[in-house]
Amino acid sequence: MTAVFPDIWPALPEIFLAGAGMALLLIGVFRGDGFTRPVSYFAVVAMLLAAILAMGYGTGRVVTFNGMFVMDAFGVFMKVLVLIAAALSVILSLGFNEREQMARFEYPILMLFATLGMLMMISANDLIALYVGLETQSLALYVIAAFRRDSAKSSEAGLKYFVLGALSSGMLLYGASLVYGFAGTTSFDKIAALFAGGAHVSPGLVIGLVFVLAGLAFKVSAAPFHMWTPDVYEGAPTPVTAFFAAAPKVAAIALLTRVLVEPFGHLSAQWHQVLVAASVLSMVIGSFAAIMQTSIKRMMAYSSIGHVGYALVGLAAGTQDGVRGVLIYMALYIAMNIGAFAVLLSMKAKGVMLEEIKDFAGLSKTNPLLAATMAIFMFSMAGIPPMAGFFGKLYVFLAAIAVQDYALAVIGVLTSVVGAFYYLRIVKIMYFDEPTVVVDKIDDDGMTGILVVTSLFTLLFFVAPAPIMNGAAAAAAALFAG
Amino acid sequence: MASWPLLSFTTFLPLVGVALILLFCRGTSPDVVRNVRFIALWTTLVTFVLTLFIWINFDPRNPGYQMVEKAAWIPDFGITYHMGVDGISVLFVVLSGFLMPLCILASWEAVQLRVKEYMIAFLALETLMIGMFCALDFVLFYMFFEGVLIPMFLIIGIWGGGRRVYAAFKFFLYTLLGSVLMLLAILAMYYVAGTTDVPTITATQFPRNMQLWLWLAFFASFAVKVPMWPVHTWLPDAHVEAPTAGSVILAGVLLKMGGYGFLRFNIPILPEATEYFAPLIYTLSVIAVIYTSLVALAQEDMKKLIAYSSVAHMGFVTIGMFALNQQGIEGSIFQMLSHGVVSGALFLCVGVVYDRLHTREIARYGGLVKNMPKYAVVFLFMTMASVGLPGTAGFVGEFLVLLGVFRDNTWVAALAATGMVLGAAYALWLYRRVVYGKLVKPDVKAMFDLTPREVAIFVPLIVVVLWMGVYPSSFLNVTSASVEHLIQTYQTKLAASHAASGLSVAAR
Repeated sequence: MTAVFPDIWPALPEIFLAGAGMALLLIGVFRGDGFTRPVSYFAVVAMLLAAILAMGYGTGRVVTFNGMFVMDAFGVFMKVLVLIAAALSVILSLGFNEREQMARFEYPILMLFATLGMLMMISANDLIALYVGLETQSLALYVIAAFRRDSAKSSEAGLKYFVLGALSSGMLLYGASLVYGFAGTTSFDKIAALFAGGAHVSPGLVIGLVFVLAGLAFKVSAAPFHMWTPDVYEGAPTPVTAFFAAAPKVAAIALLTRVLVEPFGHLSAQWHQVLVAASVLSMVIGSFAAIMQTSIKRMMAYSSIGHVGYALVGLAAGTQDGVRGVLIYMALYIAMNIGAFAVLLSMKAKGVMLEEIKDFAGLSKTNPLLAATMAIFMFSMAGIPPMAGFFGKLYVFLAAIAVQDYALAVIGVLTSVVGAFYYLRIVKIMYFDEPTVVVDKIDDDGMTGILVVTSLFTLLFFVAPAPIMNGAAAAAAALFAG
Repeated sequence: MASWPLLSFTTFLPLVGVALILLFCRGTSPDVVRNVRFIALWTTLVTFVLTLFIWINFDPRNPGYQMVEKAAWIPDFGITYHMGVDGISVLFVVLSGFLMPLCILASWEAVQLRVKEYMIAFLALETLMIGMFCALDFVLFYMFFEGVLIPMFLIIGIWGGGRRVYAAFKFFLYTLLGSVLMLLAILAMYYVAGTTDVPTITATQFPRNMQLWLWLAFFASFAVKVPMWPVHTWLPDAHVEAPTAGSVILAGVLLKMGGYGFLRFNIPILPEATEYFAPLIYTLSVIAVIYTSLVALAQEDMKKLIAYSSVAHMGFVTIGMFALNQQGIEGSIFQMLSHGVVSGALFLCVGVVYDRLHTREIARYGGLVKNMPKYAVVFLFMTMASVGLPGTAGFVGEFLVLLGVFRDNTWVAALAATGMVLGAAYALWLYRRVVYGKLVKPDVKAMFDLTPREVAIFVPLIVVVLWMGVYPSSFLNVTSASVEHLIQTYQTKLAASHAASGLSVAAR
C-alpha cells in the first residue's frame, strides 16, 4: 500500500465543520461567554453551510481514506437531515440558555463537534471508522447532558448517559472485535464481499453481529436498551433533550441502516428477528409506558422510543422500500420532534419553565396558537392524516406488508392506537381542561420561526410530499446499489 | 364545465371560509363573533349550491365516475390525486352540503363559547366529508376518512356535555382502531396492484384467501363507523355528549361513511369474500335491528334513544346492501340518505328543547303540544318519517330494503320487519311522553315555541323528507345506473373466480 494522499472532497462537509468548530473555539476563548450568541449563530451558519456542501456532492458512490469513508446519496440525505436538526436545536437553545444562566460559548461548539461525529457515523465504511465517529459524537453529548453543572438532575443525567453509553460502546467494540476475528476484516466492503461470495456464517460472527446491534440499539434507544432514555431526557436541560431526540437519533438510525444493509446485507436472516423483537418491544413499551407519565419530557422520551420502534419496522423488512420508509419516517420525525420541543421550551410562566403535563391545561385559552401548534404535532405523532406523521407510518408499514411481516404490521398499528391515546391526552388537556397557569408570551423570534416552519411543514406536508419522498427513495436506492 | 375542477372546488371551499375567519376575525367582541357566524353560514351555503351544481351536472345514465379530476401527487409511488363521483357517492356529497348550513344555523345561539374555533372545526369537517365521498384514490380516501376524527374529537370534547372527555376518547380510539386495520388492507392491496387508484384496484382480481382477510380488515373499519352491533357502543356516548350540530353531522354523514365504504370497496373489490361473509352481516344486522330497538325502548335520555334508533336504522342499510340486488342496494342508499335527513332532524328537535331546558331527560318534559304547537307538528312529522310512514322518506328506503332482502332471504326480511314494528313503538312512545300528557311542570310551561330561525332550519328538512317520500324517483334515478353497474361488476368478478376455481377443481 503506497502512501497516496486520499481524495478529501467527499469528506468536505466534515472537514469544513471541523475547521469551523476549531475556529469558533478560538473565537470563544478570546471573546468569552459574552460572545455566546454570535458563536451560536456562527455555529448555525457553519452547519447550514456544511449541509449545502453535502448537497453539492451530487450522486454516485465514492470510497476514500483507504476504504474507511464512504459518501453516497444515502449519506447526503442523512447528513442534511442531521445538520438541519442540529442547527435548529442550537437556535432552540439560545433563549433558554440565557434565561437559565447556562449560556456558555462551549455549548454550540460541543453541539457542532457532536454533529461532526454524527456525520462521520453516517459515512463510516469500516467498523473502526464507525467507532471513531460514534465516540466523537458521544463524548460531546455526555458533556452537554451535564451542561448545567449546578443542577443535580443534569449532572445525574450526564453521568447516567456516560456510564451506560460507555457500556454500550464496550459491547459494540466487543462485537466488532468478534466480527473482525471471524471475518478477518473490519471493512464494510470486504465483509459484504465475503458473504456475497457465500462464505460460511460462523456462530462467532453472528454473536459479534448481535453485540454490535445491541450497542447500536442503545444509541437509537430501542427497547430493551432504552432504560437510559427517560432519565436522561428528563434530567438534561430541555434544549439538550430536544437535540438528543433529533440529530443523534437520526445519525444512529443511519448508521444502523448502513451496517445492516451494506456489510451484513446477506445476513438478513440472522438479524431480521433481532430487529423484529427490538421493534415490537420498542413500540409496545413506547406506547404503554408513556400513558402513565406526568412529566412531558419523560413522555416525549417514551414517545421517541416508540418512534424508533416504527422506524425499525421498516428496517426489519430489510428491503429498499423498507429503508425508504425509514428515511421518510426520520425526516418527518425530526420536524415533529423539533417542533414539539420548541413548544415545550415556550412553556413558561413568569419566567419559570413548565415541565409537567398538567401545566398544559387550558393552553388553548391562554395561548391558542401555541396550543394549535402542539395539537398539530401530537396528531402528527399519533399518525393521524393529513398530518405528516401519517405518511411516515404509511411507508414503514407498506414495507412490512410487502415482505409479508403481517404480525409486525398489525402489532405496529395496534400500538399506534395505544400511542394515540397519550398524544390525545395532551390535546385533551390543552383543549378540554380549564387553565391553571397563564403561559408567558413567546419573546424569541428564532423560537417563533421554528414553531411556524415546523408546524406548517407538519400540517401541509401532504400538499407536496414528492420532494422528500423522492429524495428518500434515491437515498435508499443508493444504499442498495452499493 | 368539464374543465372546471368542480369537485375540488366544492371540497376545499370550506377551507377558504376557515382562512377568512382566521385572517379577518380577531378578538371576541360580539361583532366579531357575529361575523364569524355569518362567514361560516355563507361559506356552507355557497358550498351547498356548488354541491347542487354537481348534482345538476351529473349524468344519471352514465354508471361510471364523472367530473373526474386526476393530478400527480406522489407519482413515483403510484398515488394520485383522483377525484370523481358516481351515482353512489354524488347524493352523499349533496347530503353533506345540505346538512352543513342547518348545523351552523342550529348552533347560532346554542354555542356561545369559542365560536371561532367551533366554526373552524365545522368547516374543516365539511371539507373532509365531501372530500371523502369524492376521493378515488385509497390514500386520499384514507386521509379524508381519518382526518374527520380530528375536528369531531374537538367538537365533542370542547363543546360537549358532562362526560364529553370520555365520549370523545371513546369515539376517537374506537374508530381509529378499526381504521388502522383498513390501512393495512389498503397497503396490502397497493402491494398487489402497484397503485392506490380505486378504479384500477376495483378491476383487479385478488386471490380468495387474501380477499377474506382484506374484507375483514375493511369490515373492522366500516362496521365501527356504521356502526354495527356489537361495536356500536361508542355511538350512544358520542351522540349524547356531542353538541346538537355535532350529533346531526355524526348521524347524518359520518355513519354513512361506513355504509359508503362497504358499497365502494367491500362489494366490488372483494366479491368472493362478500359472498362468504354476507350471512355474518345479515346476522349482525338483524341483531342490531331488533336488539337496539329494544334497548331504545328502555332509554330515558332523548338523544340516547335516537342514537340507538340510528343503530337500528343503519342495520337496515347493511341488510339491504348485502342482499346484493338492485332493490336492496338502491334501498340501502336511499335509506342512508333519508336517515341522514330524518335523524339529523330528530337531533335538531331534541336540540330545540335542550336549548330551552338544558336537559335531555324524557321524564322532565310532557305536554309540549299545548305551549309549542309548531314544534309538536315538526316533531310529529319527523317521528313519522323515522317510523317509515308512507309518503315520507323513511318508507321508501325501508320498503326497498325489505323487498330486496325478501328476494334473497325471507327469514332475514321477516326479522327485519319486526324491527320496523319496534321502531314505531319506541318512536311513538317517545313522542307521547314528550309532547302529550299534562303540562304541569312550570319550567316546561315557560318554554316558547319555535323561533323564526328554528323554523328556517326545519322547513327545508320537511320539504326534503316529503320530496323523498312522494317522488323518490328523482333520487333513485341518480343511483340506479351505478348500482346496476356495481352489481354487474360484483357478479362478473364472482363468476370469473368461480369459473377459475371450477377449472382448477376439474384439472385435479
